[in-house]
Amino acid sequence: MESKNVFVAGSYDVIVVGAGHAGVEAALAAARIGCNTLLTTLSMDNIAMMPCNPSVGGPAKGHLVRELDALGGEMGVNADKTCIQFRMLNTGKGPAVHALRAQADKKLYQFTMKETCEQTENLDVKQLLIDKLLVEDGKVTGVQSETGEIYTAKAVVMATGTYLKGRIIIGEHTYEGGPAGQRAAVKFSDSLKEVGVKLMRFKTGTPARVDARTLDYSKMEIQPGDEECRNFSFMSDEVTREQIPCYLTYTNEETHKILRDNMERAPMTNGIIEGIGPRYCPSIETKILRFPDKERHQLFLEPEGRHTNEVYVQGMSTSMPMDVQLDFLRTIPGLENAKVMRAGYAIEYDCIDPTQLKPTLEFKNIHGFFSAGQANGTSGYEEAAAQGIIAGINAAMLIKGEEPLVLKRSEAYIGVLIDDLVTKGTNEPYRIMTSRAEYRLLLRQDNADQRLTPLGRRVGLVKDDRWARYTEKQNAINEALDYLRKNSINPTKEITEKLMAAGIEPVRNATSFYDLLRRPDLDYDKLAQLFDLPELNKEVKQQVEITITYEGYIKKQLEQVERMEKLEEKLLPENLNYDDVPSLRDEGREKLKAIRPRSVGQASRISGVSPADISVLLIWLEQQQRIKAGEGKADV
Amino acid sequence: MQGDTISAIATAQGEGGIGIIRLSGEQAIAVAEKMFRPASGKALSDYASHRAVYGRIVDEAGQVIDEAMVLIMKAPHSYTKEDVVELQCHGGVMPLRKTLALTYAHGARPAEGGEFTKRAFLNGRLDLSQAQAVMDIITAKTDRSLKMATGHLTGAFSAKIKSFRQEILGQIAHLEAAIDFPEDEVDDVVTESVAEKVVEVRNNIAKLIKTAGTGRILRDGLMTAIVGKPNVGKSSLLNALLQEERAIVTDIPGTTRDSIEEYANVGGVPLRIIDTAGIRATEDVVEKIGVEKARQMVSEAALVLALFDGSRPLDSEDEEILSLLAGRDAIVLLNKSDLQSVVTAEVLSAKANVPVIEISTKENHGLDMLVQAIQDKVYGGAVAADEGSFVSDERQANLLRQADVHLAAALQTIEAGMGLDFISIDLRSAWEKLGEITGDTVGEDIIDEIFSKFCIGK
Repeated sequence: MESKNVFVAGSYDVIVVGAGHAGVEAALAAARIGCNTLLTTLSMDNIAMMPCNPSVGGPAKGHLVRELDALGGEMGVNADKTCIQFRMLNTGKGPAVHALRAQADKKLYQFTMKETCEQTENLDVKQLLIDKLLVEDGKVTGVQSETGEIYTAKAVVMATGTYLKGRIIIGEHTYEGGPAGQRAAVKFSDSLKEVGVKLMRFKTGTPARVDARTLDYSKMEIQPGDEECRNFSFMSDEVTREQIPCYLTYTNEETHKILRDNMERAPMTNGIIEGIGPRYCPSIETKILRFPDKERHQLFLEPEGRHTNEVYVQGMSTSMPMDVQLDFLRTIPGLENAKVMRAGYAIEYDCIDPTQLKPTLEFKNIHGFFSAGQANGTSGYEEAAAQGIIAGINAAMLIKGEEPLVLKRSEAYIGVLIDDLVTKGTNEPYRIMTSRAEYRLLLRQDNADQRLTPLGRRVGLVKDDRWARYTEKQNAINEALDYLRKNSINPTKEITEKLMAAGIEPVRNATSFYDLLRRPDLDYDKLAQLFDLPELNKEVKQQVEITITYEGYIKKQLEQVERMEKLEEKLLPENLNYDDVPSLRDEGREKLKAIRPRSVGQASRISGVSPADISVLLIWLEQQQRIKAGEGKADV
Repeated sequence: MQGDTISAIATAQGEGGIGIIRLSGEQAIAVAEKMFRPASGKALSDYASHRAVYGRIVDEAGQVIDEAMVLIMKAPHSYTKEDVVELQCHGGVMPLRKTLALTYAHGARPAEGGEFTKRAFLNGRLDLSQAQAVMDIITAKTDRSLKMATGHLTGAFSAKIKSFRQEILGQIAHLEAAIDFPEDEVDDVVTESVAEKVVEVRNNIAKLIKTAGTGRILRDGLMTAIVGKPNVGKSSLLNALLQEERAIVTDIPGTTRDSIEEYANVGGVPLRIIDTAGIRATEDVVEKIGVEKARQMVSEAALVLALFDGSRPLDSEDEEILSLLAGRDAIVLLNKSDLQSVVTAEVLSAKANVPVIEISTKENHGLDMLVQAIQDKVYGGAVAADEGSFVSDERQANLLRQADVHLAAALQTIEAGMGLDFISIDLRSAWEKLGEITGDTVGEDIIDEIFSKFCIGK
């Protein structure tokens, strides 16, 4: 018998379950494209919460934020408005790996994002615990909350983060819960299992937060922000910003001894933790175990905001019992008298096996059901947000009957991230890294707008203001390059003297400014001092210089892309029966059946599919084409 | 999943002794069962995998064709990873051919050249360099070639390539760690030490490429012409060369060619001697060889053995032969050192511009010097103990060269002082090219390498 409180409380185009970094991007994208959208959260007070480190960006992660922004996402804009320190990392390396990283004011970040969501047209935000996914005939129809009411939708995006059957572990003490004192979502994963979704169990962790008043910064190294004011968003114009520094300190032999002496109490070694944790974000106890010879590990003390004394101890993630946490923290220079405000903990949670998803992030077997973020087995706010925007866009495309947005590996880090997830799956929380991208030099953070803004425009997420700014910049770049190609200097006496006076090697033949700028010791400003060149703004100048200076390398990568594209363009029919393909190895055949790749290119990246299998597939496709061609001829 | 069933004679034809017919595919056992009667009276399919079964081959009429040992190797524990049956027949060429025809009659189809190996490769049994090595074993001409071929199969060559890749991967991992974790305590990348490692790998690749020529010779045989005027002793020299280890000299009666080639194993080097029939004919019957014929042979040959008669003065025919040797890899032999000498080695050497070896084909004198000279030419002074890792085909040599081009480019990038990420572009390409030789994939390797080496992460 149906209970009275089961009723349809609302009908939407798109419902997004979870309002973390993936959820807000998905909801904002769908609503901004014009879909009637509902965003649900466990707590209205914790929209876009950062339960772990108070920072956004870094290598590859910063690239994701820039790409998300170029598509019309919110994370970059929100970070620019609310962050309290910005640094460009890797400046000593090539432009492709320059990476912006910012320290966030956590609460300000949340409130600002919440305000944006609440003020977005077509978007409702509600505090609901979703218990059940509603599916009929392989098609999603809506969700049901813990209080019984039903919300119907044409598409649902799950962005449930680390909340599904969340379990917190601090030493011997464990309890059911989400991150940072939140509730866990206990029933939703069972509802997923009922509709055939395959789940995995992952683990992650976070360090203690200590009281700023109890830290002795004089024993640490100060880490100030950059003097130059920078922004994530191509739309931000902030030129000044008051910044707060971070501090650097180190563990020592005494710290390590305490950890070693208590290793049998570490939940990750004594069997309390079963989930798989990320290698790149190891707990301090894991670091000690895996690198016993390392004498010290560095720790960054990062403020969590302007209006709090909570300080995040980066590098010290742990699930050790409380007494051990207190003991080892106090061995660290500057933390001798540290008071812990929140303990470090590990969290175990259910996530889905992402190989069940199409590259659009829609489930292969459930029409209209999408998944994004940490629930897909990733880690990191940026990775989550990047998937969120793609899931939101594709939910909207599905409803509008338009072509989905699938970014290529040669087009965006977002493409690399999603292709890796849906093709290879992951056996640990996945983090994006620049080394995961084959075409790093093309995927720079400085040209994200060039790569993606037209695509954002196509799906309707890039509004007129962004589009105008984009076209103006592109025109300026093209005009400048054109000017530099068409104008040159001759080896006249006057010019030779001018160059020599400036300490520049003279030219022997008529040389265009374009060719002059190829010289490693010349840049635009230096050249503009000597000759009459058009005035360019900072971003345009940067694009012009990179285009010219790295032309050879960029060309090389474009050639690599071209080679790879050949395999990407060999599409595999969605209904291909791999049992019909002779000579595939059993493992390869099973993997191909499970993943159902879109192209031979994607197939070649599936682990377990060998080069021999790829040869077989290529030969088979060729045969099929010949048979078809033969049949065609027979008809004539 | 297996392909259709193929069958072929797996041993070289005309070699005598045991002839093996190999069947591979889904129907391999069924086909064999129809034509083989185990002496035990049991059915062939009742026997376990990898057991040798003695019995008789019978035709459709029940007539015994041959006696045979039959070996069943069930999938996937066979060379092709399919069901494989080997019929080891004892009765020589005709019964062997009849038996082969029977396999076709019972549902197998003739295998294409190299198809067993192709299946082995496609079924994931061999990597590319191993598949190549199997082809080489099949056509191995001498012990030494065989050693080279087995070296590839067991992976001595693969191991070498893998060690290059590992070296490069180590450098890439260090670069990548420094790029992806700028704030972690990854040791600074010292580009000079990266350059040093790259130079080291390049040197090793260069050494390997140098052996490509040797590899080809050991695999295909060295095309050799024996020239000299009539009665100078060409036929005797040929016989002397062939006599050495007669057992592994392979006669291939030219089925498609109109001349006969013979392989002589000379100190481990397979010589493929051009027109041996012609040599015999001219010596024994026609007694005359046109210089035109010699010219043609020299043009086909990679090595020329030029014979001169020390007991007779050099004549115009000898002069013409000498003129053919200009710019050729030739060994000049002064024969008949057993007789009164009229032409000295010094005089001949001055004319030929190369050292001369005095031999007597009659008394088998000086042949060891000839063997040494041939070995020197092939190995070019390289240590002959290393055959296991010779590059044996053009594909491998090409990939090695391409990898080397990328390594050279990486060095240029280092010299130009470009960022670390630029160095890794070409290092990655080199690493991938080397992987193409062994058929390895590109995957999580770099990531795994990073995490096994560096303690990173917040």
